[in-house]
Amino acid sequence: MVNTTLRVEGSDLSAVRAFKNTVRQQLETRFKLDSDDLPSSIPVVACMLDPCFKHLKFIPDSKRERAYSHLDTLLLRVSETLSVTNVGVETCETEQTGKDIGKKARLELDFAELFGTHFESGQNTARGSTATEEARQYFLLPQIPTLDNPLQCQNKYSEVERKAPSVGVAMTTEAGTETEVKEKAEESAALADQSEQATEETQEVVTAEGEKREKEGKGISRYLPTWLKKQKSQTQTSPTKDVPPSEEAVDKETEKVPEVNGHAEEVEEEQEQKKDAEKSEQVKEKEELPEVDAKEQSEPVKEEKVEKSEEKSAEEETKAVAEGDKTEEETKETTEAPVEEKDTQTSLFQSPLRLVRKNKMKLVVCHVTLLDGTDYTCEVEKRVKGQYLFFKVCEHLNLMEKDYFGLTYKDTHDHKCWLDPTKEIKRQIRSNNWKFSVNVKFYPPDPSLLTEDLTRYLLCLQLREDVASGKLPCSFVTHALLGSYSLQAELGDYETEQPKPLDYMSQLKFAPSQNKDMEEKILELHKSHRGLTPAQADAQFLENAKKLSMYGVDMHHAKDSEGVDITLGVCANGLLVYKDKLRINRFAWPKILKISYKRNNFYIKIRPGETEQFESTVGFKLQNHRSAKRLWKVCVENHSFFRLNAPEPPNKTRFLTLGSKFRYSGRTQAQTRVASTLIDRPAPNFERTSSKRISRSLDGAPMISITDTSAGENGREPHLELNSDSKVDLSPGDDEAATSQSPGASEAAPSQDHDKTQDEVLKHQASISELKRSFMEAPPPSPPQPNLWEKRLTSSPATTIRVQPQPVVTVSQTETSPVEIVISEPKEPVKTAEVEIEETVVVQEVSKTTKPVIVTVEKVPIEPVVKIEEAMTFAEEEKQCKQSVSSESESEEEAEYHPNAHATLSHTQIPEEKEEEEKVVVVEVVEEVKEEEEEDQVKNDTPVDLPATQEPPPAESRQELVETDQAGTQTKDNAEEKPPAVLEKDESVDEPMVTPDEAPNGLPLGDDAEQEEPKVNGQHMETALRPQVICCTEPPVVKTEMVTISDTFAAQKTEIATKEVPIVHTETKTITYEAAQLEGNGDAEPGVLMTAQTITSESLCTTTTTHITKTLKGGLSETRIEKRIVITGDCDIDHDEALAQAIKEAKEQHPDMRRIDSQRAEVAMASADNH
Amino acid sequence: MAELLERFGCTHVVVRGIPSSLATEALRMSPAEVDLQKARQEHAEYVEVMRSKLGLEVIELPSDEAMPDCVFVEDAAVVCGATALITRPGSESRRPETKAMKEALKKLGLTIVEMTDENATLDGGDVLFTGQEFFVGLSKRTNQKGAEILADAFKDYAVSTVAVEEGLHLKSFCSMGGPGLILIGSSDHAQKALKIMQQMSDHRYDKLTVPDDLAANCIYMNLPDKGHVLLHSTADMFPESVKVLEKLKDYTLIPVSNLEKMKVDGALTCCSVLINKKADI
Repeated sequence: MVNTTLRVEGSDLSAVRAFKNTVRQQLETRFKLDSDDLPSSIPVVACMLDPCFKHLKFIPDSKRERAYSHLDTLLLRVSETLSVTNVGVETCETEQTGKDIGKKARLELDFAELFGTHFESGQNTARGSTATEEARQYFLLPQIPTLDNPLQCQNKYSEVERKAPSVGVAMTTEAGTETEVKEKAEESAALADQSEQATEETQEVVTAEGEKREKEGKGISRYLPTWLKKQKSQTQTSPTKDVPPSEEAVDKETEKVPEVNGHAEEVEEEQEQKKDAEKSEQVKEKEELPEVDAKEQSEPVKEEKVEKSEEKSAEEETKAVAEGDKTEEETKETTEAPVEEKDTQTSLFQSPLRLVRKNKMKLVVCHVTLLDGTDYTCEVEKRVKGQYLFFKVCEHLNLMEKDYFGLTYKDTHDHKCWLDPTKEIKRQIRSNNWKFSVNVKFYPPDPSLLTEDLTRYLLCLQLREDVASGKLPCSFVTHALLGSYSLQAELGDYETEQPKPLDYMSQLKFAPSQNKDMEEKILELHKSHRGLTPAQADAQFLENAKKLSMYGVDMHHAKDSEGVDITLGVCANGLLVYKDKLRINRFAWPKILKISYKRNNFYIKIRPGETEQFESTVGFKLQNHRSAKRLWKVCVENHSFFRLNAPEPPNKTRFLTLGSKFRYSGRTQAQTRVASTLIDRPAPNFERTSSKRISRSLDGAPMISITDTSAGENGREPHLELNSDSKVDLSPGDDEAATSQSPGASEAAPSQDHDKTQDEVLKHQASISELKRSFMEAPPPSPPQPNLWEKRLTSSPATTIRVQPQPVVTVSQTETSPVEIVISEPKEPVKTAEVEIEETVVVQEVSKTTKPVIVTVEKVPIEPVVKIEEAMTFAEEEKQCKQSVSSESESEEEAEYHPNAHATLSHTQIPEEKEEEEKVVVVEVVEEVKEEEEEDQVKNDTPVDLPATQEPPPAESRQELVETDQAGTQTKDNAEEKPPAVLEKDESVDEPMVTPDEAPNGLPLGDDAEQEEPKVNGQHMETALRPQVICCTEPPVVKTEMVTISDTFAAQKTEIATKEVPIVHTETKTITYEAAQLEGNGDAEPGVLMTAQTITSESLCTTTTTHITKTLKGGLSETRIEKRIVITGDCDIDHDEALAQAIKEAKEQHPDMRRIDSQRAEVAMASADNH
Repeated sequence: MAELLERFGCTHVVVRGIPSSLATEALRMSPAEVDLQKARQEHAEYVEVMRSKLGLEVIELPSDEAMPDCVFVEDAAVVCGATALITRPGSESRRPETKAMKEALKKLGLTIVEMTDENATLDGGDVLFTGQEFFVGLSKRTNQKGAEILADAFKDYAVSTVAVEEGLHLKSFCSMGGPGLILIGSSDHAQKALKIMQQMSDHRYDKLTVPDDLAANCIYMNLPDKGHVLLHSTADMFPESVKVLEKLKDYTLIPVSNLEKMKVDGALTCCSVLINKKADI
């Protein structure tokens, strides 16, 4: 059939002939027309979904039957997925194996996505069955009168070609903007109505719209039957419609046929861009062929691509299934680094140049307005992601401290939006207007901490603009002062002989309403700045600007619950509420438990105050859904940037999670500060240009020199930069880690995929904890248990991470485990006069160590290496699956974010309404890493460790049980507790309490973990890299792993007594250095001994509550000392001193204890605020 | 910090005499007999402390019999840096008081901002400037609009509103006791107001709670050669509170009797407007 339809005719142009040949090859490969496999092949399924071909008249009956039944199966599964609990998901996902998984998962994804959109119209019940029903109806309807075989379209196509030879040229032309497409869609729809015959129609269209042929041919979106589309669009998609698909539609479809196209990675994008895709899906097309893909493929690169794409698609599948799993990518990245990527290697972002290799992509000219008002024009591939452009701009600016900046564009409503670096530009701007501006995204609270003058200069430029426009309000005097510093920086010392100073001044814009008085004042002040260098003047400018109350506050108009107009300001410290110009409320980040939006409502859930029992939710009404989302995003980003040590990982999966998956993906302030300190280059040369306001108003005024910061200035060696950057995020002192990682980075050699490289870089730059987390999340490079991982991945959608203070055994304790410390930060010392410091010390010992197997004793750093610390929390929710699916459809309509430390790692959560049913199991995996090099060391040590570790396992598992029990006795809800970890491992689980639910979260433990230690460490689990909490002073050190399960609920309970609080299982996985003998902390009584004591001591300004809990199980003794120090600031106290004193005391009592330094820093900061 | 201290600097102080009408006509929350002579004597001491003990330049406006409350100059103007906001006092009878104040401040070279909005009311006693931001008490005398105008006048600073549930003014139960230190009364409404202030602020404040609300109204200055200076009510009036205040280390504590003026709700801060000409740019 193919041969006939694609028969090469003598009359064909040679190009056409070549094209046909290619197409035929492609088709044959793709459709495997002869294979038995046919019914289940994706293209066939796709055809079934197309009303034009759904009856599959082009394949034999028997095969057709099988195809239908296959589709039924698919539908059924999807329905299950959608309607049932995650158990369902797990079943259907886990039963698949091998390669199959990827394919099916992908299909499911697609289905789910489509169904999701379908359900958006509000059907919350019986989703699955409705879908199935509709599917049946769909098949009952007559096939759209068209050719029976998709392949025949080629026939028409060739006709078209003959009539319009110019099409060949048009072939490379991609569908233009969305509007364009729509326009055309309308036209073609009209045409379709007029014509009955497909061929005729095609021809008509051709004649009418010559070059659009290509697009039509390409559109595969017609594969999508009406029932897969949004309900609201069903009328549009009536069978007679004939509309060219948008480019996105094409992409989407091509993804469904992964074998054929080279755009596998678009799966991911697709998911992200669901909305877009949906839109295009609405566009329907009758004339459409699979060969469209072939066309794409017919490019010279085609052959290789096809092969490669196979691999990639597999990879991409994983990606799609489990977003955020980067390990696999990483591995691949190492081999796929593109050469062109230099500039991007420095960034934390994922690869910006995703599209570079698609050499046929259309180039687009971007106009970027720089902060000095000049324009920078560059060409980018049409499909590049935001960060590509951003990096280009940064390179042009020679800017290294780029994390404070971002690109903005104007949306169709003329609102300024931040360009998401992780998404394609094209899909964000939604117009042909490729105009952007560089803007400061995060205003550094203390600009003096910036490393480079260049960065400060750019910040100044932004602030000048902010001040002049009135966005940053300031008083007359401040206007004058800032203006005078600007003059000093731009013009240098005041020159008395300067001609017509006042005239000149009036042409400069310093303030929204400036007058002669102000200008005179500015000049007067300018005189007083004599001698200041431009950099100094900038610094002074910033010192004054940063104190302004609206500095760095991003304002959003809203209404409160009573409909009163207010303004919400998002800033580094939290959310401010203004009514007119007055601040009427303020929610510091630590006060906020959750940020969410739903339609045009924006909600924040507030941590209960000291006197309140319940958390409360405050709602605001935004102008529309877009504004609500914009506000939400800004909140997420600001919180992440200013409060977190490392960005929260993106949600694992695209589907089955709620709402927007948006997370801040860049570096946090903490990271960027570390990065800044490592900038090692001579201060870049740059010339201060007269800022925009001047150049605009003063045409060619003599004193204005518009300088071009040429990109050429940065002749940085990509590799150098990479290295320096990879160090950047590691702790500064940790050279070993840095070096151990850099090889990986350099492996990211040319010839590799850009994204991957970028990701690779990302990894290397990220803190070790991040690395480890990714290990945990993704299949290890050489995964010992790939299936296990797969399972985890696929089921991860159901995983929710929940932020919970984790209570230790003592109920009264608010925060205990090391993780907690991070979490306790939200306690917000700033808010009240009290500083609450919570400290947790976990001392774990093995009393039973037979003989001090002295192995290479790893040097336990005496000082906890304070690095970027991170704790990962996983929570799994029962019923989550269902819930998330239901809300998934609203992905753009609502989203949540949990902005406290827990939230750091938390993933989207169930909407509040449903919270009551939810049972969240949080598994916190905390791997205490003493040093970043530990991984390596562990590997080296392994042989030695083994003998030692063989003993502990039983003890450990016992301990687990014990702990669980213990938690159980102490918690009401322990019924829900399950030891999470054990399931994960293949080891036969003797744990009675283990439940399947936890498998996804499971952690390797016990013997398994230990025996595989090298791998475990390398591959596994995420790690919280934190200052070492566990201290062991005894030389004979045996490394073991310990898993602690404790219940968070109890702790939470003290604060929030609501049944909404999910029961949480917390698992602390600790790699400890265990002492061979007891420290005297515990008595070595066999069996389980638990003691708990609480010591409260009060001094003048501090109240110290110490909870000491001792647990002895098997040979393992665990002593937890949790200290809570409340410093009451009734008088002028030195908080640091108070803390230090408290800690000293604690140390005296427990020499083993180690304090977490970061915490101290936190406190120090808090108290610094104080003065 | 240094800069913050500077915001508590003071070079000039505006005060006003006590008219005889104060004893009978001045507004008061609860009926009380005022001994005019004693009141005048107290006030003279108060001014004398400013002038000779602290070495400030005192601008003393003449009293006006038509304005029984005119001695409480604080309500007529809010001065911060080089800007003076002439208020529109909440009680109509007091509005004429602002005229003389405006003239005086103008003479001092301050940038004058006037509150012309007919709907706005603001008493200076409701304005707490912490050195980093403003808190405006929404009280019987001060409304939202007044606070907005204040926010407009001092754009550099955050202006947060605090409900004053009891007492005349916000500063009837609190005042600044130093940079980052709020003196606060121990009454419930005072403590509540403090909590609100702390919540609303990006800055951290220590608090010093004194048993008596009125004793929490003190005048803090940071003077070049004297360091921390705190004018507070005498131990006769609030013995317990003074004990608390005496815990402040490195402070020059100056007890000032305020008994009579207190009867007409006049706290220490009410009787002066502090100006720091050096902070002037």
